[in-house]
Amino acid sequence: MKLHEYQSKQIFARYGIPIPKGRIAGTSSEVKQIAEEFGGSVVVKSQVLVGGRGKAGGIRLAKTADAAQEIATTILGMEIKGLPVRKVLVDEAVSITKEFYIGIVNDRAHQTPVLIGSGAGGMEIEEVAQKNPEKIVRIDIDPLLGLRDYQLRDAAIGMDLPRPLWKNFIEIIQGLWRVYVDCDATLAEINPLVISAENHLVALDAKIILDDNALFRHPDLGDLRDMDAEEPSEIEARKFGLTYIKMGGNIGCMVNGAGLAMATMDILSLFGGKAANFLDIGGGANAEKVTAALKIILSDPKVTSILINIFGGITRCDEVAKGILAAANEMKINIPIVVRLVGTNQEEGKRLLEASNFTSAETLAQAAQLAVDLAREKQL
Amino acid sequence: MSILAHQNTKLLVQGITGKEGLFHTQQMLQYKTNIVAGVSPSKGGEWVLEGKVPVFDSVKSAVEMTGADASVIFVPARHCADAIYEAADSGIPLVICITEGVPVQDMMRVKRFLEQKKTRVIGPNCPGILSPGQTKIGIIPGNITFPGNVGVISKSGTLTYEVLYALKLANRGVSTCIGIGGDPIKGTGYIDLLEMFEADAKTDQIVLIGEIGGNEEEAAAEYISRYMTKPVVAFIAGVTAPPGKRMGHAGAIIDGRGGTALEKIETLEASGIRVAQHPEQIPSLLA
Repeated sequence: MKLHEYQSKQIFARYGIPIPKGRIAGTSSEVKQIAEEFGGSVVVKSQVLVGGRGKAGGIRLAKTADAAQEIATTILGMEIKGLPVRKVLVDEAVSITKEFYIGIVNDRAHQTPVLIGSGAGGMEIEEVAQKNPEKIVRIDIDPLLGLRDYQLRDAAIGMDLPRPLWKNFIEIIQGLWRVYVDCDATLAEINPLVISAENHLVALDAKIILDDNALFRHPDLGDLRDMDAEEPSEIEARKFGLTYIKMGGNIGCMVNGAGLAMATMDILSLFGGKAANFLDIGGGANAEKVTAALKIILSDPKVTSILINIFGGITRCDEVAKGILAAANEMKINIPIVVRLVGTNQEEGKRLLEASNFTSAETLAQAAQLAVDLAREKQL
Repeated sequence: MSILAHQNTKLLVQGITGKEGLFHTQQMLQYKTNIVAGVSPSKGGEWVLEGKVPVFDSVKSAVEMTGADASVIFVPARHCADAIYEAADSGIPLVICITEGVPVQDMMRVKRFLEQKKTRVIGPNCPGILSPGQTKIGIIPGNITFPGNVGVISKSGTLTYEVLYALKLANRGVSTCIGIGGDPIKGTGYIDLLEMFEADAKTDQIVLIGEIGGNEEEAAAEYISRYMTKPVVAFIAGVTAPPGKRMGHAGAIIDGRGGTALEKIETLEASGIRVAQHPEQIPSLLA
């Protein structure tokens, strides 16, 4: 789960990481008022959970309070990569003499956290890594030992940070490490960390991504979730403990298990179709969950056929069949549904569906071919 | 034979009195798995499943009394790291963690801790180990496969069942099937298991099932082309997965650093490994 810049900065401030004076606003008149308080020169920053805000015109400098209001009017009406801008962060403008990148991220290959730093701040770090890998400092962190001061001195040397700032740098990045650990982050990043005209280090931007699996330890952070950044159907699915992701095609999918759900979408594509969604009902789903899943699939108007592929282990095929029947009773379904039930209680499940109008299939390949054919017929 | 687990493996169940733990203990007993003990703090002294399995308060006491040499973990995610530490501290050589949703930083600390111990962890977020005809540790249905000479290693759960079933329909049996789990940080990866299968006299060929995210499949491809004499057939799920979205499994995400299915398939094929286009095609690619 991603946090907004302003949310991340509020957390940074609690850990002693210096950030510019700033406030969040939802209207242009508020922005004007904040800018007046700050003495005119401010940066107006859209708060949306996508990268490339600057390039899209979502981050702009204003020299006066009136200009800030005008800019805010434009930005607050914008959409960036499909997401509406509802809030802006108004930060006091900082004059910059040098920019750095610094971040702590989970390194999958080393299976440890890693500190990444670079003297080329403000740029996308992936781009720097590709074009100038020598400009990147990488330091593996022992998850039991934590980030040590000597490692931060090594980072400062590698990033060409002036010596008088080392002590301050170490304090700031130790704060970033504590943010990473305390919030169960998978990424805690400052880009850019700048040296101001007054020769201080300041975090101009802030980014935190949280580990979804650890949110149970941080109910306060879970509450910060921005529903705008997610499909309404994906939010609805989560309420029922389902994982649903819209894919844009016309064949609705319901599968138990994430790997099998992906493989099911893949085989549809192999046979010339396209999945409307990824949907994992998880292990041991009961009839209510299956009914909810079917309703969510049907809420997508693009869907012209549905493939239900269940390999029963903990999940019982008869429960799935009951859920399908309950959904069919509740609403009129005029879309063809292909059902493949294998595994635990498959005979009982098949018997339950016999009387109804569903197409059944034995193998995954048959089921996929049928779903593709039926979707095509329906479209014609 | 089999790798990792066989009929003499003495299994301990951590979290045996929970709903999942109890249900799957029953299923494992039906498969004739040699379950010697369960652990459930503050329930020590009880017996579960009509007196079949004794319950202990701690792993240490269970090991002392029963000589358990493997443990399967069903405890909730928030207690999972602690359960692994406890098993490792009690000297259990093999720990299989079924629990889904373990925080990544917990697993990073567990991994570092295990470097000083002699314990191997399989999982978390995995269906466990099945050595057909011998023992079942975890939740893989026992009736969808039978003893044979194919070794199976997979990141997935039900997709693995699909493959086992397709092998069964093609009259292909399995030596051992291991679910390594779908999390980004896992106890054991492909390479250690490939090495064990290569050395196992009863395994003649191996099926490797992967998915988007990370680069473990690529590393496995390199290992196979350098060190394996036994044929390997692969399947990679997620050819149609969009970048930046987490596809159910915590580890199944294509990020800026790659991890796409096509990259993995290309690397595997370039290393001489046959890659199936869909799960049911796997049996026809075997030797």
